Amino acid sequence: MPSTTLTTLQPGEFATIVAIHAEEALHQRLLALGFRSGKQVELIRKAGFSGPLQVRIGTTDILLRRGEAAKITVCQGAAGT
Amino acid sequence: MKRIALLGMPNTGKSTLFNRMTGGAARVGNWPGITVELLSGKILLGSDMVEVIDLPGIYDLHGFSDDEQVVRHFLHGNVPDLALVIINATQIERQMSLLLQLKQLNMNVVVLLNMADEAKKYGISIDSKKMTEMLGMPIFLLSGKYGTGYQEAMQAITKALRYPTPGMAEQLRSQLEQDQHIEAEMARIMKHAVQIPAQLPEHLSDKLDRVMLHPWLGLPIFFFIMYLLFQAIFFLGQPLQAGVAELLTWLRESALEPALSGLPAMLNGLLLDGVYNGVATVAAFVPIIILFFLFMAMVEDSGYLSRAAFLMDALMARLGLDGRGFVMLLMGFGCNVPALMGTRVMRSRAMRLLTMLVIPFSLCSARLQVFVFITAALFSPKAAPLVLFSLYLFSFAAAIFTALLFKGKFQSNEPFVLELPPYRFPTARQIVMRGWLEIQHFLRRATKFIIAGVVLVWLLTNLPPSAAPAGSDTLAGIIGTWLHPVFAPIGINEQLTIALIFGFVAKEIVIGSLAVIYGLSGEALGGALGQQLDWVQAYSFMLFTLIYTPCLSAIATLRSESRNLSYTLFVIGWSLALAWLTSFAFYQGARALGY
Repeated sequence: MPSTTLTTLQPGEFATIVAIHAEEALHQRLLALGFRSGKQVELIRKAGFSGPLQVRIGTTDILLRRGEAAKITVCQGAAGT
Repeated sequence: MKRIALLGMPNTGKSTLFNRMTGGAARVGNWPGITVELLSGKILLGSDMVEVIDLPGIYDLHGFSDDEQVVRHFLHGNVPDLALVIINATQIERQMSLLLQLKQLNMNVVVLLNMADEAKKYGISIDSKKMTEMLGMPIFLLSGKYGTGYQEAMQAITKALRYPTPGMAEQLRSQLEQDQHIEAEMARIMKHAVQIPAQLPEHLSDKLDRVMLHPWLGLPIFFFIMYLLFQAIFFLGQPLQAGVAELLTWLRESALEPALSGLPAMLNGLLLDGVYNGVATVAAFVPIIILFFLFMAMVEDSGYLSRAAFLMDALMARLGLDGRGFVMLLMGFGCNVPALMGTRVMRSRAMRLLTMLVIPFSLCSARLQVFVFITAALFSPKAAPLVLFSLYLFSFAAAIFTALLFKGKFQSNEPFVLELPPYRFPTARQIVMRGWLEIQHFLRRATKFIIAGVVLVWLLTNLPPSAAPAGSDTLAGIIGTWLHPVFAPIGINEQLTIALIFGFVAKEIVIGSLAVIYGLSGEALGGALGQQLDWVQAYSFMLFTLIYTPCLSAIATLRSESRNLSYTLFVIGWSLALAWLTSFAFYQGARALGY
């Protein structure tokens, strides 16, 4: 499966996190919110005018800007499904 | 006195629990080692008084956000006798990391799994006994909102407080560098004690969001909600404000004036027009602030504020702000003071300071009164609405320009990664508590400052005693004459300069002060202004009034919220400079064009 970044997902699509290429502060925050490699994430929706993304990891919904989402490499398709 | 620190991630219902524990008898206070104020309250547990401190919500004990640093420094400088850790049971799979980090600090810990009712709805089952065993910490399920499980938890806390205060938070960081271990431990506990269904049932929030965050409907709904909020706050607030003013006037006329009539005129004036008017100025804000926070608590606790951030972020990110700042900016069009206080929802200090820098440019209802009076006096009924509209445009332009200019200086290093909580019904108790706490905060912090300011302006406009009040012989008049070279190039005469000095206190009194200065009121005053000024001068005066410092209460709020005098002076200085430059450009431009 090709790996892309979180920004390229379309609403309703699932992906598995491959790697997070973020500076330390962002990395910490992402980790604490449940972003870890191997975790499954679903893109719920994208805001208009290049606004933020809403993604779901486990039971948590998270808003993040596209710039930050671009730092998260994912592998499209749900793990194991 | 023993101390309990409340710790947890954002959106765990920590503050609700704090309010329940302290019953609203909380106050803000300063702590060694940290620069922000924390809420704390004293409560009776068993037979001892205990102090409970509400720490800011954090994701990570070794994170880098402002709040995470605050918590770290707090724990370092003020080791609590007990850390009460609040975990959102619906998000236990990721919140447990914070718990394990705390465990490593060897602190005395009691864990509360909050929102147990919500977790049950999600089909998440938690074996708290098993978890207690594995973690070696007492764990309780509760619903802070409804209070179930609360009694047992409080008993456990009372018991836990009997243990001696353990471990120091000395080598905090080095101890916390053990991520690997934490991850493995987390997986182990999750596997044995928690069951989460593979596919979550569709939640009501998902259905609501499909409408509220709809690509086309989302923004119109947002603006409609903001409009309703605005109407509700200010149309309920204005009669209340008028009622408070009437009550104070009645008190003055029926009790204070007769009682003080024996005093010399000067002292009488100082007490009634200085001190008492200062009290009245403070009181005028009370209904608006209470209403604002009643409604704001609803918007915030329901989870809609994060949705607003989602919808408005695209625009606000370009200004160096975030979507929540936009909500406060809009609310500033009613009254700047609660909007400034409301920026507390923003957790990054830099972004909060930038937002507080732009909010005072919002054309608030007090300024609107001045503009309505002057446009009615100087412009035709046809032109008046356009003039008012253009002032709103200037208001937005000043805010946007300022944000763009200073966004580099107040750069937020906090990533915009926010949690989107599910929609929740806020309880009445939570809402009322919020309004109550905020008004206490405002009264405690701003009253002295505002009264001192009102007294100062009264002295300026009434000294020396031989001069006519607000006349050209008073100190204010002398300052007006002295400032003439500054105000002449923007078309503002000496009488209007004195009115601007009054306007420093509150825009509501600008027209009243003009009445005193000209010795005329109502339509006669409008007529006199119309004869003395042409429209270019009047518009220049309105531009200046719009942009310069909104009022003493806003300054007092800026100072108490930023806790930084030089920042406050910077905000005042910048707004004065921008006001002068805008009026100058307009006045000279219009004159050059032959108007």
